[in-house]
Amino acid sequence: MEQLQDSQLVQQYIAGNEQALEQLVYRHKQRVYSFIYSKVLDRDITEDIFQDTFIKVIRTLKRGRYNEEGKFLPWVMRISHNLIIDHFRRNTRMPKFEERDDFSIFSVLGDASLNAERQMIKDQVENDVKGLIEELPEDQKNVLVMRIYKDMSFKEISEQTGVSINTALGRMRYALINLRKLVEKHDIILTE
Amino acid sequence: MANVYSEQLSNHIKLEPKDETISFLLNYSKALSVINYERLEFESILN
Repeated sequence: MEQLQDSQLVQQYIAGNEQALEQLVYRHKQRVYSFIYSKVLDRDITEDIFQDTFIKVIRTLKRGRYNEEGKFLPWVMRISHNLIIDHFRRNTRMPKFEERDDFSIFSVLGDASLNAERQMIKDQVENDVKGLIEELPEDQKNVLVMRIYKDMSFKEISEQTGVSINTALGRMRYALINLRKLVEKHDIILTE
Repeated sequence: MANVYSEQLSNHIKLEPKDETISFLLNYSKALSVINYERLEFESILN
């Protein structure tokens, strides 16, 4: 059986000889696997695509849908090629990053929590800002504190201070403008 | 001696599917049967 051509093995398999499939798989497994691996560069994904490729081969042959026009191996390669494309399409929609020696996703993402130095800088900046707020006129300071620190809406601020929403908005605007001026005046650096 | 900067090809990596994968495929093939009835096609997997 070793000398039988692919097309003969395919015919035998379609006729019900399971051994013929074994021959075909063992004959071509390395080429198909290497081809897939050369594209996806991941052993597990290669294994999955290899398996899906032959599942498709088996189903097509068993359903009698295989036409003998082309050769067996190029046909199998074409199936695996299509599955590789499917894989990349799926991954484009939902990209997956893996750690590699030359690239770490954490170099891009960063750690959300602050280290000791950045925490100190942040505290310093917050203290500076608090100091600046104290220099604002009382009405502007109140609006800014209620909006930023108490997280109140302008509607709530207007109700509490007894002014219209537009006035509260205006005070907030002037508070921010004045804060910027104060930052320049005191020559304070508020960035980390 | 001059340094060799090119990466050595790792010959020891065998680019072959796992035995389990092959075994699964062969068993899948044995278990799968396609039955044609008139213009309908049924696939069944026997475990």
